[in-house]
Amino acid sequence: MSSSASGRLPAELSPIARRFRERASEGRAALIPYLTAGFPNPKLTVPTMEALADAGADVIELGIPFSDPLADGPTIQRSSFLALERGASVDSVLSALRDFRESREVPVVVFTYLNPVLHRGLDAFCREAAQAGAQGILLTDLPVGADPEMEEAVGGAGLDWIRLVAPTTPAERIPLVARGGTGFLYYISRTGVTGARARLRDDLAAELGALRGMVTLPIAVGFGISTPEQAHAVAAAADGVVVGSALISRLEQEGITGAAAFVRSLRDGMDGSHG
Amino acid sequence: MSNVAGMEARGRFGRYGGRYVPETLIAALDQLERAYEEACADQSFQRELTALLGDFVGRPSPLYRARRLEGEARGPAVYLKREDLNHTGAHKINNTLGQALLALRMGKRRIIAETGAGQHGVATATACALFDLNCVVYMGEEDIERQALNVYRMELLDAEVRPVGSGTRTLKDATNEAIRDWVTNVEGTHYIIGSVVGPDPFPRIVRDFQSVIGTEARSQFLAAEGRLPAAVLACVGGGSNAMGIFHPFIGDEGVELLGVEAAGQGLGNGRHAASLAEGTPGVLHGALSYLLQDADGQVAPAHSISAGLDYPGVGPEHSWLKDTGRARYVSVTDQEALEAFHRLSRLEGIIPALEAAHAVAYLFRTAPAYRDRGPLLVCMSGRGDKDVAHVARVEGRGDLLERRAAET
Repeated sequence: MSSSASGRLPAELSPIARRFRERASEGRAALIPYLTAGFPNPKLTVPTMEALADAGADVIELGIPFSDPLADGPTIQRSSFLALERGASVDSVLSALRDFRESREVPVVVFTYLNPVLHRGLDAFCREAAQAGAQGILLTDLPVGADPEMEEAVGGAGLDWIRLVAPTTPAERIPLVARGGTGFLYYISRTGVTGARARLRDDLAAELGALRGMVTLPIAVGFGISTPEQAHAVAAAADGVVVGSALISRLEQEGITGAAAFVRSLRDGMDGSHG
Repeated sequence: MSNVAGMEARGRFGRYGGRYVPETLIAALDQLERAYEEACADQSFQRELTALLGDFVGRPSPLYRARRLEGEARGPAVYLKREDLNHTGAHKINNTLGQALLALRMGKRRIIAETGAGQHGVATATACALFDLNCVVYMGEEDIERQALNVYRMELLDAEVRPVGSGTRTLKDATNEAIRDWVTNVEGTHYIIGSVVGPDPFPRIVRDFQSVIGTEARSQFLAAEGRLPAAVLACVGGGSNAMGIFHPFIGDEGVELLGVEAAGQGLGNGRHAASLAEGTPGVLHGALSYLLQDADGQVAPAHSISAGLDYPGVGPEHSWLKDTGRARYVSVTDQEALEAFHRLSRLEGIIPALEAAHAVAYLFRTAPAYRDRGPLLVCMSGRGDKDVAHVARVEGRGDLLERRAAET
């Protein structure tokens, strides 16, 4: 288990941590849109990322599509299959990162299932991702403690490592998860796969309160957040809001312009919560 | 190799296995591991399972000497371990009864399962009917087409069969969908996984419940022949019948262990399911094991005429047995399996499942080489009733079935 970056002094804050710090000082929460790289077409990945950045994204989660996305619901599954059909690859994701970095500073977290990056070599991939301009990595199927050797390879790469806490994570495990993470902690708002939901769970605020007492990292919440009203409600209790499936749907139906407008509406909804 | 028991306690077979799963499932896997440890130490659990395996499943399954088969194969004595005679027609019931009892211990009354050929789905639905548990089975749309009979059997047993239309529409995607259900409903639901795959502790739980095959076969074989077999043959998809019959023989150094994978339309053209022969280590469904994948780490689609072998991964313990050389893995094509399906039917009056027909096909190929080395043991993992309609269609006799159906 690596916690090499956890003892950072404020002066050495990572770009991701700095974003959270800045938003917090303004009384706002960070907005983190998720995009499946290569969807709807590999050529559109960079322009979409730029539009998300310009619409008010604080951090972008860029997903590497995988053939077997078992933590994802139908929307992100479909986007992953389509991206793969249209030629998305680990190389094309790295290349999109490099191109995006030439024009924008918004930090990027690479979101991925283990196998595509394991196949490339975890060490090698993390170094390449950092060189291409990623600031963080999130591995859905490498939970804390699962594999010390792999965890060492990821932890040594200089990327913030975004760890997940689920509603089912036992209280005694939470400090362990938090110690293994840097940048921010990702709280999964409910058991289940990704996907938009009409309602958020009532006990979310109480759970976040309890979690906040146990960790020092900023907490972002994701899974199921799909409207400005929901983003507003979550922003009141968390440091960051992740929106994935709802954004992918919008991108699918209305293109980049519609996706950007949706992100602006989320931004407005969230910022209203602190007004 | 270091201490095997210690390795297993960490959920590993060498480097293989592990728990590469979303955080949401960690608590459920911990709970399952504890429940299994407690059950292993609880004699009443073992008694209840043993009684069920006897009265309900019909164990011990016979060990049968197939004399016409051995004559035509020009080999030594050949014995078939008749898992095809179990209640529900395959070895799968050994595991589903054990896991249903574990679910009851954990107070979980909703059961989910994935199925390929439908045998595990039927065995799960059967255990759920017996214990009055709610049962949902995920099955790929392609498999629903080729195993229609088993779909209806599951429905008769009051299970809900949910078609899976994503990805390759076979066992791999049914497993993805079952895991998604489990992540969503984890608190009241137990996932009865059907093979020695998935995150720890599933591979060792399923292996242990299936080891009854090898334990019985070993003592039956000693009683019949006064010695151990020269080799044990079993088909390998995920690898549960193979792991079950291999495991009690692992310490018997003179006994060769032969796993037979599905070469589909041939290893050369990429349309096969031979993960151990052609794959490289990777992570699918929560475990590190040999995996069919492309140059970018995407899981490659598998192919086999047999739905139960049509899976791009394999149990992690098989990966370890391969690397250590304790077991050897070979493969036979769809065509060879079909021929074996017919030959065993004609020679012995036993219509094997297409999965088991793979082991028989390799027996035909290798038996002469064992003439002077000693008798052979083959795991007849299941019976072929479920495959009859599919084979008829593949061989251009589908019209016959439809005409008969229309007449009745």
